[in-house]
Amino acid sequence: MMITRKLGLSLVAAALVTTYGCSKEEPKKAEAPKAPAEDVVVIKIGHAGPLTGGIAHLGKDDENGVHLAIDEATAKKLKIGGKTVKFEMMSEDDQADPKMGPTIAQKFVDAKVAGVVGHLNSGVTIPASAVYNQAGIPMISGSATNPKLTEQGFKVVFRTVGRDDQQGPAVAAYMANELKSKRVAIADDATAYGEGLANEVEKTLKAAGVQVIAREKTNDKATDFKAILTKIKGKNPDAIFYGGMDATGGPMLKQARELGMKTTFAFGDGACTSEMSKLAGPASEGMFCSQAGIPTQMASKAFTDAFAAKYGEVKQYAPFFYDAANILIAAMQKADSADPAKYLPAVAAISFDGATGHVEFDAKGDRKDAEMTIFQMKGGKVEPVAIIKAGKTTKIGGEAPAAAPMAPAAAPMAPAKDAPKK
Amino acid sequence: MPTGQQEECLDIFLQQMINGLTLGSVYAVVALGYTMVYGIIQLINFAHGEVVMIGAMVAFSVINALVGAHTGLPPLAIVMTGVLVAIPVCMAVGYTLERVAYRPLRSAPRLAPLITAIGLSIVLQNLAMIIWSRNPMPFPQIITVTPYHVTGNTDGATITNVQIAIIVASVLMMGGLLGLVYRTKLGIAMRATSQNQQIAGLMGIDINTVISLTFVIGAGLGAVAGVMVGTYYGIAQYQMGFLLGLKAFSAAVLGGIGNLAGAMLGGLLLGVIEALGAGYVGDLTNLCQIASWSDAIATRCASDPNLTLFGSNYQDVFAFLVLIAVLIFRPSGLLGERVGDRA
Amino acid sequence: MHALLDLKQNPRTAWIGLALIGVALVVLPFALAAVGTAWVRITNLAILFVLLSLGLNIVVGFAGLLDLGYIAFYAVGAYTYALLASPHFNLHLPFWIVLPIGAAVACFFGALLGAPTLKLRGDYLAIVTLGFGEIVRIFMNNLSQPVNITNGPQGITLIDPFRIGSFSFAERETIAGLDFTGPVKYYYFLIVVLLAVIVINLRLQNSRIGRAWEAIREDEIAARAMGINTRNMKLLAFAMGASFGGVSGGIFAATQGFISPESFVLVESIMVLSMVVLGGMGNIWGVILGAVLLSFVPEVLRYTVAPAQQALFGRLLIEPEVIRMLLFGLALVLMMLFRPAGILPSALRKRELESRK
Repeated sequence: MMITRKLGLSLVAAALVTTYGCSKEEPKKAEAPKAPAEDVVVIKIGHAGPLTGGIAHLGKDDENGVHLAIDEATAKKLKIGGKTVKFEMMSEDDQADPKMGPTIAQKFVDAKVAGVVGHLNSGVTIPASAVYNQAGIPMISGSATNPKLTEQGFKVVFRTVGRDDQQGPAVAAYMANELKSKRVAIADDATAYGEGLANEVEKTLKAAGVQVIAREKTNDKATDFKAILTKIKGKNPDAIFYGGMDATGGPMLKQARELGMKTTFAFGDGACTSEMSKLAGPASEGMFCSQAGIPTQMASKAFTDAFAAKYGEVKQYAPFFYDAANILIAAMQKADSADPAKYLPAVAAISFDGATGHVEFDAKGDRKDAEMTIFQMKGGKVEPVAIIKAGKTTKIGGEAPAAAPMAPAAAPMAPAKDAPKK
Repeated sequence: MPTGQQEECLDIFLQQMINGLTLGSVYAVVALGYTMVYGIIQLINFAHGEVVMIGAMVAFSVINALVGAHTGLPPLAIVMTGVLVAIPVCMAVGYTLERVAYRPLRSAPRLAPLITAIGLSIVLQNLAMIIWSRNPMPFPQIITVTPYHVTGNTDGATITNVQIAIIVASVLMMGGLLGLVYRTKLGIAMRATSQNQQIAGLMGIDINTVISLTFVIGAGLGAVAGVMVGTYYGIAQYQMGFLLGLKAFSAAVLGGIGNLAGAMLGGLLLGVIEALGAGYVGDLTNLCQIASWSDAIATRCASDPNLTLFGSNYQDVFAFLVLIAVLIFRPSGLLGERVGDRA
Repeated sequence: MHALLDLKQNPRTAWIGLALIGVALVVLPFALAAVGTAWVRITNLAILFVLLSLGLNIVVGFAGLLDLGYIAFYAVGAYTYALLASPHFNLHLPFWIVLPIGAAVACFFGALLGAPTLKLRGDYLAIVTLGFGEIVRIFMNNLSQPVNITNGPQGITLIDPFRIGSFSFAERETIAGLDFTGPVKYYYFLIVVLLAVIVINLRLQNSRIGRAWEAIREDEIAARAMGINTRNMKLLAFAMGASFGGVSGGIFAATQGFISPESFVLVESIMVLSMVVLGGMGNIWGVILGAVLLSFVPEVLRYTVAPAQQALFGRLLIEPEVIRMLLFGLALVLMMLFRPAGILPSALRKRELESRK
């Protein structure tokens, strides 16, 4: 073996020189076809999310949001650095697999994208963010809610969506103040999302003097919840919060009603879908759930119309990804450069009115005063009932304030019945 | 009000037993499929869980289509149609599995058919995903679930009509299977084959047909189990078979694999263990109650009274622990004969 | 390949062959980086899977014990590294201390699994190991209460990269005009580990221990009659296989910088098993080939199957991910049916599997 290596070394040296030459040429080649006319410059923006697999439909939804933002910006013929800009989206599939995160991130770094919008899952975004941080490429996620993402001290990481520890307190505050719950049982699906959210709900409830009488766990593939529900039933709670997705939340709700439990149920955004009414049937009527941000039904009219015309109905996070892409573009304009190092400060200092309301980032890269919306299942559809911002609850009644597109979301813009039907 | 509280505790306990017995009945029927195949050719048919899943998916598709077509049929007829379609489909799958993947390996080393079985399990799961997509399929709201009170307490333990149906159906299937094995000619042939294939062959028994029939009957039971579990939880999806199969296998081992009554006993026991485990282990290992002598724990309990060592989060662990314990201390299971031989 | 590299019978061709492979391995990352550094990362992941497959091969291939929970040792190694080199406990031990600890802890877990299952026969053993793998994952998912050890499903962030003094594996550097990115540095580290593991495996296979394992695999009772301490030998197989898994896990944690229990699910165990079976149980070169093939399959599928479907049907009918899983499943079935000894069968294994048909 020793001899092999020595023998090899001289050959290697020669080979290395040739390969290295290649690698230097590569970026030039990639940039060459980008300039059809002299004053048009192409800026690539990356999007990553699961485009295949179990939540591919959500990844596609986000991709559409980014696509819309980029097409609109290109159509405006913006000028950056004196040149007209054509934005291009480079979309990659991370399969919602944590070990793919860094690889996909590396693909963006290799392609020298100006910025990245994504990823969808916190579990993938966190390992990927380290790669972006090293390359100095700004990354904005529209759906990764795990608090840890922005606690890593990375300067390039932002998100347009609220953190779990913003959503949790909101739904907890609603349970304590509006539902007047005194004894609450909490369950979660033992995933990063479900547990994280449930922990925040527990914390806030306790701080508000509400008794948390049970803390149960199941898992995201479980179908039988009767054992833990029976246990909870024995402790007579007046509300139950479940941190988990609709695929488990629906059956849980159904089984609770079968056990004769009449308790109010509340969920996080994972179970805040119309799918709940299919999975739980009439049992879902009256349940509460929260979503980070303003309801899609209330996203700015301009966005909803443009999105509907091109891609149909918004699934969940498209407006947040749309805003994220627009923030990158706005920051580039402000800095008059698509060089990540130059426009990064502009992202951090952005003050932007988008489809999901007013966006500003705090020092960590989290959205300041993100709004949270509380929904209730009415007639098989989730309808917004209140918006919570900075601890203040604004109820959404039957009356509809005048529509004002692009206005901050604290003032709801469209009556709930105009909501696109799911 | 000590008596009221005691009554409530009893109600909760009864409810957990009912939950456990229903769950256990489902495990038992799935376990029958494992134990039949194992009994006759000493093979763990790893893909049996997927057969159960396919049964549920086929039945749900039929039921959803019938409900969508507004045929006006009574709910029971719709469900029965679903079951009757699912059974032959699963039987065909079971037959194909045996024919294509297990028969050529009957005399190969033990590792080979086991690896094939795992491979088939993956293939079936992914095929199901292609056919039915990843989204969970909901059971249409056609059956009104009526709870009946078991005790005098109006807020107490209940048993629903669906639960009763599941328990009764599983007992019936168990009885039918016992009758088949001990009262019919086919049963005699099966028992003979399981004792000694070669001699049974010499006695004029068509070994291949008997083994095929065993797979087919096991798959048919699996189809019924799939519909039972799907109807009970109101949901069916492509991944449901794996964990269910694994737990049912644990149940079969607990009862003594190869032994039909053992599968039933093991299934019921495992269901009850899981329900009681999830229901009570959390409180039994609540540090605030068992270790209040420690000041450090007491201070934490003031802010967090649910400080448990092992809670319902370990629900799935219980089944595996039971399996491992049985295999180590009594590999033949509760009712089984001696099975341990060389590796 | 075996014959080509046989130093005793054909020294000259063997040395030239080895030299060529050596050159290829040294040049590879730069060639890949020319296409995109992402490919270096993909290669690194593939090497990790080769390491895992070689570890599992000791248990399944050499000793004939079917282990369906192998990923648990990978998880143990990864968590050991993450806990000892991250802000979670504020411990930042250097990797050359943590990796051996990880191997030792995984080794201990291997023996822990092996000890009670010694008497079980093949198929029972498979189920118990599967259960063991799930138990480990469930514990990692839940050991955030009552004392926070693993941080539960939230996982552990900011895991230290490998560092020797001021030389960090994660940072980009230019040495002698060559661009050494983080992945390239890890690549060389992985190659060194891989070579070490291959050498250990080759030496083991032809040693007294290796022959003892083979004997146990063929006929345990006969092996015992020949005076082999089957208990110790089986335990050793579990422990050795596990320690390789532990080392791979540690490297995985360092390259990722973040781990959570969702990376250690059952499917990963089955994936590693497929690699071992596809290549040929018991044959080191076969196993390596199997692992490399199945690691790159998803990448290849992504660039071929998806565009082909788009062109043919106008939309994606079957996702590459599903095709990959189908391939894993079919590989297991078809290999067992038609080529039970793998693509590159080991001589002995071939004889054994074919004679019994």
